[in-house]
This record gives sequence, structure tokens and C-alpha cells, in this order.
Amino acid sequence: MDLLTEKPDQEYLVQIRNLNCSIGKRVIHKGINLDIPRGKVTTIMGPSGCGKTTLLRLIGRQVRADSGQILVDGVNVSRLDLDGLYALRKRMGMMFQSGALFTHLTVFDNVAFPLHEHTRLSESMIRHIVLMKLQAVGLRGARDLFPGELSGGMARRVALARAIALDPMMIMYDEPFTGQDPITVGIIMQLIRLLNDTLGITSIIVSHDVQEVCTISDQLYMLSEGKVISHGTPDEMQHSSSDAVQQFMHAFPDGPVAFHYPAPDYYEDLIQA
Amino acid sequence: MKILDSFQRLGQNSERLFAHTGASSLFLLRILAGIPSLCGHMRLLLQQMYSVGVQTLTIISVSGLAVGMVLGLQMYNILVDISAENTLGHVVALSLVRELGPVLTGLLFAGRAGSALTAEIGLMKATDQLAGMEMMAVDPVKRVIVPRFVAGVISMPLLAAIFSAVGILGSYLVGVDLLGVDEGAFWSRMQAHVDLYGDVLNGVIKSLVFGILVAWIAVYEGYHAEATTEGVSQATTRTVVHSAFAILGMDFILTGLMFGD
Repeated sequence: MDLLTEKPDQEYLVQIRNLNCSIGKRVIHKGINLDIPRGKVTTIMGPSGCGKTTLLRLIGRQVRADSGQILVDGVNVSRLDLDGLYALRKRMGMMFQSGALFTHLTVFDNVAFPLHEHTRLSESMIRHIVLMKLQAVGLRGARDLFPGELSGGMARRVALARAIALDPMMIMYDEPFTGQDPITVGIIMQLIRLLNDTLGITSIIVSHDVQEVCTISDQLYMLSEGKVISHGTPDEMQHSSSDAVQQFMHAFPDGPVAFHYPAPDYYEDLIQA
Repeated sequence: MKILDSFQRLGQNSERLFAHTGASSLFLLRILAGIPSLCGHMRLLLQQMYSVGVQTLTIISVSGLAVGMVLGLQMYNILVDISAENTLGHVVALSLVRELGPVLTGLLFAGRAGSALTAEIGLMKATDQLAGMEMMAVDPVKRVIVPRFVAGVISMPLLAAIFSAVGILGSYLVGVDLLGVDEGAFWSRMQAHVDLYGDVLNGVIKSLVFGILVAWIAVYEGYHAEATTEGVSQATTRTVVHSAFAILGMDFILTGLMFGD
């Protein structure tokens, strides 16, 4: 695809063109093209190790691409200096799989951290904002707990409250549902949708939980072996004609992603012994 | 072929050594450039001074006392043969202030505080806390690394001074109270022969240099640890081992420069 002009696009917040990325000797992405629409929930799916999380890290430029274009609100992230990058990151929130809460700070101080760092608000104003954000995720009563005292689901909700502390234009969720009980999954799904719709935030989810993402996403992208193999609405993807998409969406054990790791012929292998 | 192989290995190892030296030097520059950012965040520094410095006090004072007592005993046994036991205070004070204080404190500091720093920073990295901070547009070098580095550099000379002082007290207990060395001679000879600049100040400089080395190695290893359980444990081990080598090597050089003539 052709390169884009670097100015904010009306329809899309994040635009990626011809992205190539490798970490060490491992090639992660081979020419990815993606568009994330403003104000919508977009999910990036794919088998483990296909570079979904790396894609989020590329958008926040924690990792640098080998080549290609990543535009966030019209800004080419790979060409930003440190000040520009930090200015952009203040407008992004990210919820890490682990929560990434500061273990030496209470829930309250974790949510207050970005406010203390980036604003000159008074303590009473910061207290108001923190309590409002915690109320939004239902954990106002847990403000004095330390991250070690929280369950995995609660930690992710605190991380979400911290991610929205500075009222960002977009939030990136890294595997938000992995390893959570059904109630927590339900809560997180509801929160993602609610925050997206009420605050007008653009949401990017990286996940391989098909059921959950089909329920809350407006658009799905599927990655496999470093490429985008399909995209569309959840409904379109469910009825896709592609074998790879069908295998993933319906959890078939064998298909384009083979059940067997490459091995010599079974018969030959047994006889040799 | 064997010779070629070993040449190749030598080349690879030297290349790695140079890359490592370069990376850690650049990291040190980043830390030094971040020191002004401590203004307005003195609380972070004080917290680290507490965990790096104050919490190391026990092991430093206990070791200092033990070393001083043993030194007093051994030196007495040697000196008494030549009827020079009155110089015990002089001998013990010089050994402690010039050598044993800075070096042993450095080694203990690396074991107690350096390893803890590496493990803490490494685990913060493994649990995405550093990445999280970066995504919140906060530089982890300024908020996490700089306070720990500065706290280490400030704490080390203070701890070494305490080690030497407690050590002298220990040798006093053994020499004067137990073995009957004359108290007046013990202190007056020490006062007369230990020079403020030549001995005490050089000892302080040594401990400051060791503090910089240990703190630098500890935060570098932690920040660049592989973000896994084994990665953090290996980094912690490397901190202690490299610090020990760095202290002993640097001690030889500094001693040569300070007391060589």
C-alpha cells in the first residue's frame, strides 16, 4: 500500500502501513497494514506468538519498527523525539496483562501517579479525580490496599482506572481477559464498552478470546505469521470463507495451523528405533 | 583449527566486553544527566537512603566490630613479640581507615544493598512496572534508577566511616580492656600517626569510588536484566561478582596512586 500523508485523519486514529519488525533474529511482522477507527472498539486477534502484543508496543513505541509507517492521530511515531513521544504517550493509556501496578504504592497512589507527574492540580483536586476514576471501575473502597492484596481481576481494574486518569484519546488493552474468572471477564468487558462509549475513547484490544471479543468489538483484525490475514466485523469474521479464520474462530484443533509440530514420517520414525 | 577457534572465541568475547562497557557507560551518562530531576523528588531519595543505607547498618556495624576485635588480637600477638604493643592503636587505625574499611564495606554493601537493588529493579522490569511507567510518559531512569544510584553513592562513604569507627572500638575493647595495652598510648599514637588528609581523606575517596562502582553495576544489571525469573537471579549474582572484582581491582589502582610513593 502507498504511504500516507502525515496529518490527522477524520476517520482513523491509528494507521499502519507496510510495517516490518523483528526482535533479535526473529521476524515478527512482515508488511502489516491496519486502520483503527476513532471512537470504536477494535480487536487484534491471532494465535499466541503472532506479534499481537508487539504491535501494541510498536504503537506506543516501546519497540521500534524496522521499516514502515505508524501514524497515531497523524503523527509518525518512529520519527518523534523524546519530548514528542512523551507528549503523545500522555494521550494514550495502556492496560498491561499483568496490570503493571507499582507494588510499593497503594491503589490510590497508583491512580494518582500520572496526575502527580503530569499535572499541577492541587491535592484535593487530585483526590477528587482519583476517587471518580476508582468509582468508575467499582474499586473506590479498595483505595488503601496494596497491589499485592488485590485479586488479578481487581488489579486489572485498578490498572484501567490508572490508564484513564489523564483522560486519554485511546486505550490499548493487552490480553484483558486472559486467566480471569467468568464474572471478572464480564466486568472487564462491560467496562471496556462503557468507557469506549461514554468517554468516546478509541479502544484497541489484543486478545485470543473469541467469544468475548466478538461480543464487544466493532471491528476485528486477525494476524497470523506476521501478516494480517483477514479483517471485518465480528459477524463477517464468523462466516469468513478463509480456512485459517474458520479454524481460529471455531477452535478447530487441526487446519492451516497444524496440530502436529513438523516431524519426519511417523512410520519411519518408529521403525528406526 | 583449534587455534582458529580460540581466536574466534577471544574475538567474540572482546567484542561483547566492549559492547557491554559502551552500553554501561552510556547508561551512566543517562543517570548523571537525570540527577537534576531529583529536585522536587527528595522524598524518593530519602526512601532509598533508608533502604540502601540505614538497612545496611546492622551488617556493617557487626562486621566492623568483629573485624576490629580480630585485628586487635592478631596485631597484639605480633607486636608483643617485639615489645611494640603500644603501637596497636596506630596499626589498627591505619589498616581500617586505609584499606579494610572501604574494601570490606564495599564488598558487604554489594552483597546486601547492591543485590537488593538489582533484584528490585529486575523484578519491576519483569512485572512491566518500568514499561508501564514509560507508557505513562515518565522516564523510569529518572524516577527509579537515579534515586537508587544517588542513595548508594551517598551511603557508601558513610557506611565505610562507621565500619572503621566501630572497628577501632572493637580493637580497643580487645587490646586495652582485655589484653592490657596502655590506653593513653593506644589513643595518642593513633592521633599522632593517622593523617587527616593522607589517610582519612584517601579512605573516604576510596569508599566514594567503590560506592559509585557498586551502585552503577547494581542499577545497570537490574535495568538490563532479562525479564524472567532466571534472568533476575543471574543479574543479581552478576552484581555481587562484578562488584567484588571491580572493588578489588580498583582498590589496587587507588592504593598505588595514593600510597605508592
